[in-house]
Amino acid sequence: MTSTEKRIGNAANFVDERLGAAGWVKKSLNKVFPDHWSFMLGEVCMYSFIILLLSGTFLTFWFDPSQRDVIYEGVYEPLKGLKMSAAYASTLDISFEVRGGLLMRQIHHWAANIFMAAIVAHLLRVFFTGAFRKPREFNWILGILLLTLGLVEGLLGYSLPDDLLSGTGLRITSAIIQAIPVVGTYISFFLFGGAFPGVGFIPRIFTLHILIIPGIFLAVITIHVMLVWYQKHTQFPGVGRTETNVVGHPILPVYMAKAGGFFFVVFGIIAFLSAVASINPIWLYGPYTPGQISAGSQPDWYMGWLDGLVRMAPPLETHAFGHTISWNILLPAVIVPGIIFTGMALYPFIESWITGDKREHHLLDRPRNVPNRTALGVMSITFVMISLINGGNDIIATNFDLSINQIMWFSRIGIFILPPLAFIITKRLCLSLQRADRELLLHGAESGRLLRLPHGEFVEVHTPISAEKAFLLQSHEQLTPLEIEDVDARGVRRPGAIKSKIQRRLSKAHAVSVPKVTEQELKEIENH
Amino acid sequence: MSNELIPIDDSVAPQHAPRATDINPVSEKRAEQQIAILFGLSGVGSVLLIYSYIFVSKDVFIFIPIMGNQNTQQLGIGIGMAMSLFFIGIAAIHWAKTLMPDKEIVNHRHEFRSSDEDRAELVKTVKEGVAGVQLGRRKLIKRSLGAAIGLFALPPVLLLRDLGPLPKKQLETTNWKAGTRLLTDPGNRPILASDLEVGSVVQVLPAVDHPEERPLSDIAKDPVLLIRLRPEDFQLTPEKFAMTHEGIIAFSKICSHMGCAVALYEQQTKHLLCPCHQSTFDVTRGAKVIFGPAARPLPQLDITVDAEGYLVSRAPFNEAVGPSFWERNSQ
Amino acid sequence: MKRLSRYRRHKAAGPLLLIFALLAIGTTFSVASATVKESQTVFVRSASIEEGKQIFLKGCSSCHGLNAEGGAIAPSLVGVGAASVDFQVGTGRMPMADMSTQAMRKAPVYNEEETAALAAYVASLAPGPSIPAESVLNYERDGNSAQGGELFRNNCAMCHNFAGQGGALSQGKYAPTLMGVEPKHIYEAMITGPQSMPVFSDKTITPAEKLSLIKWIKAAEAEPNLGGATMGRIGPVSEGLLAWVLGLGLLIGIAVWLTTRAR
Repeated sequence: MTSTEKRIGNAANFVDERLGAAGWVKKSLNKVFPDHWSFMLGEVCMYSFIILLLSGTFLTFWFDPSQRDVIYEGVYEPLKGLKMSAAYASTLDISFEVRGGLLMRQIHHWAANIFMAAIVAHLLRVFFTGAFRKPREFNWILGILLLTLGLVEGLLGYSLPDDLLSGTGLRITSAIIQAIPVVGTYISFFLFGGAFPGVGFIPRIFTLHILIIPGIFLAVITIHVMLVWYQKHTQFPGVGRTETNVVGHPILPVYMAKAGGFFFVVFGIIAFLSAVASINPIWLYGPYTPGQISAGSQPDWYMGWLDGLVRMAPPLETHAFGHTISWNILLPAVIVPGIIFTGMALYPFIESWITGDKREHHLLDRPRNVPNRTALGVMSITFVMISLINGGNDIIATNFDLSINQIMWFSRIGIFILPPLAFIITKRLCLSLQRADRELLLHGAESGRLLRLPHGEFVEVHTPISAEKAFLLQSHEQLTPLEIEDVDARGVRRPGAIKSKIQRRLSKAHAVSVPKVTEQELKEIENH
Repeated sequence: MSNELIPIDDSVAPQHAPRATDINPVSEKRAEQQIAILFGLSGVGSVLLIYSYIFVSKDVFIFIPIMGNQNTQQLGIGIGMAMSLFFIGIAAIHWAKTLMPDKEIVNHRHEFRSSDEDRAELVKTVKEGVAGVQLGRRKLIKRSLGAAIGLFALPPVLLLRDLGPLPKKQLETTNWKAGTRLLTDPGNRPILASDLEVGSVVQVLPAVDHPEERPLSDIAKDPVLLIRLRPEDFQLTPEKFAMTHEGIIAFSKICSHMGCAVALYEQQTKHLLCPCHQSTFDVTRGAKVIFGPAARPLPQLDITVDAEGYLVSRAPFNEAVGPSFWERNSQ
Repeated sequence: MKRLSRYRRHKAAGPLLLIFALLAIGTTFSVASATVKESQTVFVRSASIEEGKQIFLKGCSSCHGLNAEGGAIAPSLVGVGAASVDFQVGTGRMPMADMSTQAMRKAPVYNEEETAALAAYVASLAPGPSIPAESVLNYERDGNSAQGGELFRNNCAMCHNFAGQGGALSQGKYAPTLMGVEPKHIYEAMITGPQSMPVFSDKTITPAEKLSLIKWIKAAEAEPNLGGATMGRIGPVSEGLLAWVLGLGLLIGIAVWLTTRAR
């Protein structure tokens, strides 16, 4: 035994005699994680979160979360002598007086943007591959919770410096809260500490932003990752992969090296972006005052789709009995997002109700093999893209010489027409891809070479596909619609028949797919 | 020969081709050197960071193509940090890919459902435990417990009452009263009607006791936009026309939609555009909404001139300014 | 020809052909549409109303009328003053080339003497705002950039954006960028209110305040991008685009590299 081994052995013995962890550690180090680039999106989220914690802590050492008025006497000339809040002034000091301060501010903000982008990309990956199915429905709900928390945390975070752009965003937030019937004005006055902008808002959102929400994040992320650890990660179908195993590299040493290395890569790329690309130049925006506004005022992109929905909303208000209900605010900012997020959270249960599938699933779907779900996903993406585009309609109009009115009308009509169109097109595309797979399996790949047979016929030479590819192409399950009997043997109607009629219809639509290649067909082809 | 679907055949094993570094010692050596170089680059980055932090002055600028003049210290610290982090990661990943063992291993999954015995034992334990509480039998305890917990839920909510004042009338009143002078913003100068030309626009705030120290919550309600047109350009009802003065019309600058400052005045079309959500108001028709999500026109301020010729408000706003709320009487 | 046809099936043939076609069409278009700027260089030694009238009749009267009384497609110039002419002609907006949404800044057609002559002629029609003298425009000495910034955010940022980059108005109109505009033209735009821009007379924004505004605009123009490249100083829209395209794109690229087997 070498001296290093002896020393490590003594240390391990010290710990083991107190915790008895040898068995668990051995199992963990041999745990396997499957390899696919799309599985790393969740890691990007997690690493960006850690980077947010680190850079955020740095910033708290200099940031002053107060709305009291100060006169700026720092180095930035165009703001010298102006009255501003201490929050804004301290952010200017971080940017211009603290070495590395502006870099850290930018790392924090770029990391936040990438965090949200990775969450969305990760959500889409989980959705399109069906990784949310049993037993992972709860983890999916936790993920939706993380998405929602992320939106709020980002909004609060970029509002802390109290600049003109984010202050305008807070004005809009207070208008949304105020518009809630009956209790809106009370909630708004309590949150802001009085009439907008109040004197207590920045300190309060500071507490929310650095303590409460990160605390919730840490707890939820821990449960989220522990569930993946315990339930084991899903994997794509392939040779040697089944519903009862996981194939991949062990944690020690390969996965640790790759995943650990990826953390440094994520941090490095965020740092690179922060070094070369400016983000949130608050000194150009100016301190917040409700009497000023800039052209092209938008929230950060992850709130931009909400802004787009608000812009395209119809100008509806109900004025009755001395009261006002602002549908033009409640519909796009509260009701529609509420329906969307609730629908997203419940989707695993909705889909299992439609398909009647109550089994565990650990092998992922290739998106083309579940045309209905894939089309639904693309439809949702289209919806969000249109509202996102409308959220930036004035920027688009300025830079591409268009008219905001035209973009607005395009969005108002498009938001109803384009998503269903996207659904239909995507479903057809998936079915075509399934047919192409079928052709590939039965006949092989087209090689582009033509052969002229002795009797004059031209045929195209097909190259047979590899055994692994063939395995993959027929490893999916044939989708079958639900069989529910509405009427029993004696002709009595079941109670809840309407619900099951809807279920049957949806299940039939969900099961539309190209039939799998059967053994007989394969044999026929071989004999051809 | 059946028409059944082909059963999944696990026996087709994946081809396991060795990597170049597994079989070729030259490749292996090269990979090692590459990894060492990558770690070295990370070190270069760290040195760059330290050097920029300590030795580069804060006001040195350097010209980079495309990006223009950049702050050298900021760029040095940033690129240094990026390099030092990035290349550690790339080196570790390259090491794992080329030199660490390539073999995939298999873990087995077990079904999550607990065994029937475990389940039965759990049910038994819970039933015995709950039976020990005997809540069903002890009605007095159950009722008093319910009352205590119910009351206990109220204080946490109540303790937050002092977060803010009740709204009362704050949303419906501004600093504009009868006879309040209009002051320019910024500058706090009173305005003569003749100071405004046709086509000009100016933002004004009401005269208050300490105009230099207006609280922001006042600035969230008070700003008014003065616009001068020719009197014949207006298409207003007689009451609204009476609130103008020689072609000068005054509107609240706070958007009736969500409270942004409505200030884009298009002189030729005489439209006011709010940049937040593109609500468009027609000034000639009393700031009527002609496009966008706003549902109400901007409140109009009744203005006239005082004895010295300065513009003053004749009366407070006749409705609440800013975004709508439940208690707002918008008829 | 045989040599070319041998590479017909090369896998780079398609993209190369596409690039070549794009370059060819692009170059042809820009060459063909290059406007031949032939200013009738009549060298005038002093701004004279008569010479201004001649230039006006030749280049402006077809839209603005023989007596500058205006018409269906152009407004009357009676009373707009020398400042309007100096601004519109000096920034190249007039003569208007593209009769669509609004006149845009372009290379001026008339040189300084001709512009001065035109301005003198229009000023002679009726009193109006006059061109500010050089002595009045010493913004470096007489302006305060912090006050200018406050004024800018109060009166200008809502159309021209917080950094003077320009913004959208309704129906395709726009407030142009303020970068690269002469201080004289900024001053004239404020007092004449060109096109959609309202008038900011000297009574509502005093001359000293106007100089502060100009000083701030020039400082913003000269200010380097302190945090890195800004993608136009237009706010979070471009930042979000960069986060997705460059940030997530690079990370996904590395993730793909990470999970592929070494050869």
